[in-house]
Amino acid sequence: MTPILSVENLSVSFDGFLAVDSLTFSVERDELRVVIGPNGAGKTTLLDMICGKTKPTQGRIRFKDIDLTPLGEHQIVRVGVGRKFQTPSTYEDLTVLENLEISYPRQRGVLGSLFFRRTPPIADRIREVAAEVYLADQLETKAGALSHGQKQWLEIGMLLMQRPELMLLDEPVAGMSHRERELTADLLKKISHGRSLVVIEHDMEFVKAIARKVTVLHQGKLLSEGPLEQIQNDERVIDVYLGH
Amino acid sequence: MRRLLRRSELIGYLGLAVVLLVVFPLALDSFRLSLVSKYLCFAFVAVGVVLAWGYGGVLSLGQGLFFGFGGYFMAMFLKLEASAPELPDFMVWSSTEVLPWWWEPYHHFWVTLLSILVIPCLLAFPLAYAPFRKRVGGVYFAIITLALALAATVMVIGQQGYTGGANGITDFKTFHGWEIMSDRSHLVLYFVEVALLFVVMGASTFIVRSRLGKVLVAIRDSEDRVRFSGYDTALFKAFAFTAGALFASLGGAMYSIQVGLITPTLIGVVASVEMVIYAAVGGRTSVVGAVYGALLVGFSKSLFSENFATLWLFFIGGLFIFVVLFMPNGLAGVLGQFGKRRAPETAP
Repeated sequence: MTPILSVENLSVSFDGFLAVDSLTFSVERDELRVVIGPNGAGKTTLLDMICGKTKPTQGRIRFKDIDLTPLGEHQIVRVGVGRKFQTPSTYEDLTVLENLEISYPRQRGVLGSLFFRRTPPIADRIREVAAEVYLADQLETKAGALSHGQKQWLEIGMLLMQRPELMLLDEPVAGMSHRERELTADLLKKISHGRSLVVIEHDMEFVKAIARKVTVLHQGKLLSEGPLEQIQNDERVIDVYLGH
Repeated sequence: MRRLLRRSELIGYLGLAVVLLVVFPLALDSFRLSLVSKYLCFAFVAVGVVLAWGYGGVLSLGQGLFFGFGGYFMAMFLKLEASAPELPDFMVWSSTEVLPWWWEPYHHFWVTLLSILVIPCLLAFPLAYAPFRKRVGGVYFAIITLALALAATVMVIGQQGYTGGANGITDFKTFHGWEIMSDRSHLVLYFVEVALLFVVMGASTFIVRSRLGKVLVAIRDSEDRVRFSGYDTALFKAFAFTAGALFASLGGAMYSIQVGLITPTLIGVVASVEMVIYAAVGGRTSVVGAVYGALLVGFSKSLFSENFATLWLFFIGGLFIFVVLFMPNGLAGVLGQFGKRRAPETAP
């Protein structure tokens, strides 16, 4: 079977600095892939290129049979790729309910949104997702008033509303308490059924809780890839990353 | 809390309806009432600024340009009627001998009306969409609009034989043979204007309440995130800007027919900045507030220029700084705060 995401020979340079250097890797359907690596390894830049925020200087990104490189951000979202950012980005002036509603993947044109109505199926879907991300009783709260961890969950919920086939999550447990991390690990395992996830994470304990296959980046290049146990025993990985 | 907000907005609407439909027509003499109709023309623009700036986050310092479209189209129609079958007087003075081809359509009222509604939109939409697409926005876009308003003024003044130059277009008295400068016609036109203003306010409130309004607020908060929810944000911002342009044009058309003249000063930079101040004073996210803002600033402008004419610009500059520093949400914000503070006492 063809992989859901394949990155071929991808490079990007910022003013001569090669942030990602001829990277090739792929993600299978229904796979939960964790990407680790030291700071500046190019992890976030890689996600930025997949979701269209940064244009690569060279190489190709294929999602299913679609070439993502020429598409704009909103078009990439519409073909089924969702992105969660490192710092939680929600709409602070809107309520949890409105945040989720905006993410509902229909009527995203100007006229469509002008005459959008929250029908019972949409309201049900919003409640269902809110419950999934532990925010069922916060529907009327403004996103700006949520705790840091709750904002992270809300943003994951906003992605779930779009029913993406591929989700890109950048440090989803940053700033979370121990309990919230556990809940998030459960959440990620649950939502990875029927879709593929690429998760960037620094916290090795969290990586152990969720990871099956791990990709290690170093200085924009692929350093190692494989099951977690193998990675943990890889001399090169211990040298540049796990060792300290 | 959302309910309270709606209630305070409802009070705003009702208050405005009473003031505009009952109090002003009964209490003001015809001179003062004609001043009110002038202020209300700018209220159209201010409502548009609320949509574009308050919700879309698109600050335009060139709304005078769109006000000018409506104003000049209407004035061209009225002037042709006033001077028929001769050429308009200013053309004769500048020895223009044939009516320019682009004046011809304005013999017909329906064409005039159509241009008032359509041409500002046709210009505004690409003007906004192209830069937003390229991620040019904020201050840079404001400067583009400012430059356009300035260029339009210079062009209108320069082409005296076609546009009436610095004097503008004036001296028209009838609309389809109906005397428009009498007190009675002023009153009729005043009620037409108020009705139209309420239609515009209603449409704006509908837009703001719809999902589109929420997307606009979301874009203001975090435009990147909205793109990653699958929206073409440039399209939404361009829509808000276009709606603002359309409302400004309507205001301009009402101005020409009621005041009886349109001049380049009204479409220039100073006028355009004043239009933003109306919305800022009323509260840049309040549709009703914009109308109160336009009335309030309008009245104080008349008061000041009657008594200390030269101080007006200092006053309005000071007012703008005061509002930005101390009342970022304008009058509507202050009243909203008041309502919020009282809410716990009245709650069961």
